[in-house]
This record gives sequence, structure tokens and C-alpha cells, in this order.
Amino acid sequence: MEEIAPEYDVVVLGTGLTECVLSGVLSVKGKKVLHIDRNDHYGGESASLNMEALYRKYGNIQKGEEPWKKYGRVNDWNVDLVPKLLMANGELTNILVSTDVTRYLEFRQIAGSFVQQGSGARATIAKVPSSASEALSSPLMGLFEKRRAKKFLEWVGSFDQGNPSTHQGLSINACTMKEVYDKFGLEATTRDFIGHSMALYQSDEYINTPGQAVETIERIRLYANSMARYGKSPYIYPLYGLGELPQGFARLSAIYGGTYMLNTSVDEVITDQSTGKVTGIKATMVERGNEDQSMKFETKTTMILGDPSYFPGKTRISGYLLKCICILNHPIDKTNDSDSVQLIIPQSQVGRKHDIYIAMVSAAHNVCPKGYYIAIVSTIAESSANHHLELQPGLDRLGRIEERFMGPPIPLYEPLEDGKKDSIFISKSYDATSHFETTTDDVRDIYRRATGEELVVEGLREGVQVAEE
Amino acid sequence: MAGRGPAGRSGAGGRFAQFKLVLLGESAVGKSSLVLRFVKDQFDDYRESTIGAAFLTQTVTLDENTTVKFEIWDTAGQERYKSLAPMYYRNAHCAVVVYDITQASSLDKAKSWIKELQRQANENIIIALAGNKKDTVDENPDKRAVPTADAEAYAKEAGLLFFETSAKTSYNVKELFTAIAKKLPLDQAGPRNLRANPRTGPLDLRPEATGQQGAGNCNC
Ligand SMILES: Cc1cc2nc3c(=O)[nH]c(=O)nc-3n(C[C@H](O)[C@H](O)[C@H](O)COP(=O)(O)OP(=O)(O)OC[C@H]3O[C@@H](n4cnc5c(N)ncnc54)[C@H](O)[C@@H]3O)c2cc1C
Ligand SMILES: Nc1nc2c(ncn2[C@@H]2O[C@H](COP(=O)(O)OP(=O)(O)OP(=O)(O)O)[C@@H](O)[C@H]2O)c(=O)[nH]1
Ligand SMILES: [Mg+2]
Repeated sequence: MEEIAPEYDVVVLGTGLTECVLSGVLSVKGKKVLHIDRNDHYGGESASLNMEALYRKYGNIQKGEEPWKKYGRVNDWNVDLVPKLLMANGELTNILVSTDVTRYLEFRQIAGSFVQQGSGARATIAKVPSSASEALSSPLMGLFEKRRAKKFLEWVGSFDQGNPSTHQGLSINACTMKEVYDKFGLEATTRDFIGHSMALYQSDEYINTPGQAVETIERIRLYANSMARYGKSPYIYPLYGLGELPQGFARLSAIYGGTYMLNTSVDEVITDQSTGKVTGIKATMVERGNEDQSMKFETKTTMILGDPSYFPGKTRISGYLLKCICILNHPIDKTNDSDSVQLIIPQSQVGRKHDIYIAMVSAAHNVCPKGYYIAIVSTIAESSANHHLELQPGLDRLGRIEERFMGPPIPLYEPLEDGKKDSIFISKSYDATSHFETTTDDVRDIYRRATGEELVVEGLREGVQVAEE
Repeated sequence: MAGRGPAGRSGAGGRFAQFKLVLLGESAVGKSSLVLRFVKDQFDDYRESTIGAAFLTQTVTLDENTTVKFEIWDTAGQERYKSLAPMYYRNAHCAVVVYDITQASSLDKAKSWIKELQRQANENIIIALAGNKKDTVDENPDKRAVPTADAEAYAKEAGLLFFETSAKTSYNVKELFTAIAKKLPLDQAGPRNLRANPRTGPLDLRPEATGQQGAGNCNC
């Protein structure tokens, strides 16, 4: 095995999406990056697993059984661990395009975006109306409400924060979203689907928070513009699953000289006693099935980026995510047999404080064999027991479920410190939101903390050549 | 956009298809050199180990009606510590696994890559085994460490194309890629990827591409 360089500018721990975007960008910027993961695969908590790995992770196996065998070739399955989709006009899409990582991946639309009104068997499942004209034909609203919603969406489209004449006479930077809704006379059920299925807020906290109207309007615009981009839904998704995303950025990093080591555990993070700053790491690369061939090494660095699992003492838990991965052999009822959907059950419809999300993909995205559907039901935990009951309104929507994979509540970690003291910059766990906008916020935040600069991805690769071959 | 293909079209101009080809093999066996010879007809005696190579394309004309375009991926060094991502072989239509005929251990490494490909890649991936640096042996037969017959027998048993090559003298380089092109399933290369239908097909994510993708302007 080749020797590791004695020194790197940055050591990155964990190959989740956040870490891989950062190492890709830093490598393009000319930093010498060593990227390590203790697992034998890329992706960390944002990986996609094959059927056997999924069974093993969730322990749904009796001794001596190989239940995955009834699902065909295990490698035909790429089951996401995070229930997220990309917004067509979102920041991750922008980063993918700016870095040319789109060359390694192929994206398809998610076929539909739905919202539930009411609960139980009589619930209405309807397409989220994203434009003024769709509002007019939506079954979610009565005749007069449709017109009010149309007016509201038209206004959102023409809203300009810098132009007070578009502010409807409201002091838009200070007011609450409630005041905006009141201005348009929108009914509670309309506020519900706008706030939860378009602005994608998971609770109702945003409504009465002064100063949050502009953010809400921007979120609705992101939804509507993403929707307008390709037509069927605001969401897009990579063939073979979300686990392709970190791999794509890892390749970008490697092309610009990044060094990749899987199966490598960190034995020690070395810090300078006097300055408190990190100076290097000790680690061991294990050769599977050949453990005595393990390679121990030490290398210097001035900065470490990593996911929370590598820094147990330096993080806190901000909440718990509940998630159940379900294998179906049919599409979801009342979604026009869509091969892929996002379905949001707003909290108020089922007596909760947080929404329940269903993200479903299928063979149309090469994540499973034909005839199967993978639906992930998720929400933020509100109780300390009976978690499956919290997900029940979502599971009820799925009809017959072939197999379910549900572990204990997933802790959401965030760093205790900003990393400036010790030059260790830690990312946040993948949160409960349905898309990657908070992930890219975290990427930007870490980049800013670590380099003292804003991350500008536009034109990133222009003028930067890979080594002449 | 990476051709997850095979992308292709047929028509008056004949058949045209694009395929993803991946390179594998131990360091310094001559992977990049073979590609450089194939694509640019160049050779470099002192070439550095590849860190940053990304991607090259080259076209092979089989006959006046048939053109095959290879999209060639290099490992970008990710295999160095056994950390190649599955994305690398995902949907590869063909692979060239290279060993150095003067280094017996490089054939063992090639065999382990072939096993990995058969486990991870497309079921019907076309694999070619290339025993490189033939010129060295022509000059000094004592340098040979892998008898042709041994490698050939292995390739036959494993169902691989087999060539001894020299990136330095061009020996068998064109033949290698042409043989692969001939084995590729050209008939399956329908027109589906060229006129992508964004409703069901691959999306072009570039902002300037949106106009052509049918969705129209922001209608909010
Ligand atoms: C063995 C080998 C050696 C190579 N050596 C060089 C080299 O010395 N210099 C060089 O610039 N390129 C190199 N490449 C990449 C290849 O030369 C470029 O794809 C080619 O220059 C395309 O040029 P273009 O003008 O068509 O630009 P485009 O295809 O538009 O590409 C623009 C930029 O993107 C990069 N790029 C293109 N395709 C990919 C891809 N699939 N993955 C990552 N990046 C990509 C290019 O390198 C270039 O920097 C090598 C590839 C291989 C397999
Ligand atoms: N004599 C001879 N030398 C060759 C031949 N092909 C490659 N070489 C030399 O072998 C060395 C390694 O070649 P590369 O093409 O860089 O090998 P590689 O497999 O791409 O190596 P990595 O990028 O490290 O994985 C270079 O010095 C080449 O000049 C060949 O056919 N004959
Ligand atoms: Mg090389």
C-alpha cells in the first residue's frame, strides 16, 4: 500500500453529502484534501443501501434466513437512508451544475407533489397547486377561496422585497405571515397547504413569528419556480438513489487531487496543547478479511471537517427524527399511480405539531426492480414512546406494506462550537426537511467558518485545469 | 451529461451510439497511456501516476454506417486505497482491465478487478483484458513474467476479450478498442437519450436549458 502524504491542508471525516460537497469544492480550490470514512462505502448517513445491507442495518433477520433473496438481485436496490428530494431550482442543483458533477449523474423528475386534507379514510389527497391557474382548479378550496388563493399566488410571483409598492401596504420586513394571510383573507385550510406543502414549514411556528413573512414568501417562490422548471413537481431525483450525490462530489474531489480512504478509522485527533488547534490525525486503514494487513498512519493537517459521528463529545442533540422505510408493490392510492411522489400530511390535519412526510420513489429512478416502490414515512418525534403511532397516519396512506424497516428515533446532532477554537468544523445531521436546502446552508456555513470566506460556486471550475495528462 | 446510454440515433447518417468505458488495473500498468495512445495517438515515457484524470471521449468508426463513441472514465486515483465508488462502474457498458506483462502480480490484481466488475457492474458488461508493455518483451524476451497462453486461457474461461498491447508502439491498441466496439449492443442504442423528454427522460439541469424543456416560464 502506498504511503500517505505527510501533510494535508484539510482532513475530512465521513463521506456524507455535506462532507463530499465540501471536499469537492476545496479540492477544486487547490486545497490538498485527505478524505476518510470508517465505513466500507460512501455516503455515511446519506448513503443508499442495497437490500441485504438494508436488512442487516435494521436487523430484520432471523438467524439463518436470507429474506432479501425474495426481492431479486440485492444490487438492484438502492434504498436511501435520508428521505429527501432535490428542489429543481434549489441550491444543491446550482452546486451540481456549477461544479459539473451533473456529468456523472442523471436526474429525473419526481412525478407528483401532493398534500392531504382531512384524515383517515375520507381524507382528500390533492396535487399541491403551485400556480395561480392551478389554484383555480384545485379541489382543496371552494370557489371564492380559489380566487383569493389565485390572487395571493400572483402577488407572491410579483413580490419584490426592494419595492415597497409590491408590499400590499404591509411593513413586510417586520410583520408576521399571519398578517399577510389575513390581508388576502385566506382560510385556515389554505394557509395550511401553502405553509406546509409549498413553504415546507414542518410546524406552525412560522405563522406568528414577526419578520418571517419574507422568508415564507421566498420559500413559496422557490417551490413555484422549481415547479415551473420541469412541470410535474418541484422535485428532482438522481437515478440509482441519493447515495450517488456524495459519490459524484467525491469523484470531483479526486479529479482535483483529493485522496480517498474508506475502511479507515480515526485513532486520534492530535491538537497542539498551547494553541488548542488541531495539528494532525492518527488513523488505521483496515483491509477487510485481512486485518493483519491494516495500515496505521499519521499525517499533519491544520483543519478537520467532519460529520457529528466522528466527534461524539463535541455535539448536542437538537431533536429526534422518526423514519420508517416501507417496501410496497403498488403505487400510493389517490396519487394517479405516480411512480414517485412527495406527499405531505400537515400537522393540523392529524392533530400533531409536526408534519408527516412521505417520499416515494420506484423503478423509474432505478432504485428497485420493476413493480416495487420504496416509500419513506418520516416526522419529527413529539413523544418519547410508541413512535410507530406517530407515523401511523402516514403508514395508513400506503396500503399494503411488504416490508418495513424502522429503527429507534434518529438523534439530530449539531456542533456545540463553531470550530474556530480548535479548527475542527462539524456538520449537522440530515434534518427532517424534505429537501436539501438546509444541507447546502450547512455546507455554506461550514465553508464560511473554516475559510473565513463566502462560498461562491458559480464559475468555480473555470480556469482551473486538472493536471495535464 | 454523462451518457447513461447507450445513447444513440440511427438514420440517414448511419448508426451512432455512445458507451461508457471504464479503466481498471494496478498503478503504472499503462492505463492512461493506452487511452492517450487511443485518443491522441501520443505516448509519454515518463508519465506521472494519474491523480486528476477525468474523462476523455473517442470515436471508432466500424464501417461507413456505424460509429461508436466511447466516453472513457479514469479512476481519478480513488482505487489507490481501495476506495473506488460504485458510481464509477455503474452503467459502464465496457471495461478495459490492464496488467503489465512484465509484472506477474499485476495480473492477479487484474483478476480481482474483473471479479469486482462481475459482482458490481452491469450484468452484460463487456470486459477486455489487456496485457500491456508488449514492446518491452519484444526487446528483451526475458522480461516477460506472464506467458501469453496463461492470460489467454484465463480470459477465455472468464469470457473476456484479450489482447497484448503496447501503448508505446501502438501495437494492438486500436484493435483492442475496435474489438470492444464490435461487441457492443449497437441495436439497443435507440434514439431515446438524444431527444430527451423531460417528462419521463433525463433532465438537463443547466439553467439555460430550461427553456427547451417544455415547462415554460415561471407561472407563479
Ligand atoms: C486518461 C485521461 C487523461 C486526461 N487528461 C486531461 C488533461 O490533461 N487535461 C484536461 O483538461 N483533461 C484531461 N482529461 C479529460 C479530457 O481531456 C477532457 O474531458 C477534455 O479535455 C474535454 O475538453 P472539452 O474542451 O470538450 O471540454 P468539456 O468536455 O466541456 O470539459 C470542460 C472541463 O470539464 C472537464 N471534464 C470533462 N468531462 C469530464 C468528466 N467526465 N469528469 C470530470 N471532468 C470532466 C474537462 O477536463 C474540462 O476541464 C483526461 C481524461 C482521461 C481519461
Ligand atoms: N515500455 C512501455 N512503457 C509503458 C507502456 N505503457 C505505459 N508505459 C509506461 O508505464 C508508466 C505508467 O503508465 P501510466 O499510463 O501512467 O499507468 P497507469 O496505469 O495509468 O498508472 P496509474 O495512473 O498510477 O494508475 C509510464 O512511465 C509509461 O510511460 C508500454 O506499452 N510500454
Ligand atoms: Mg493513470
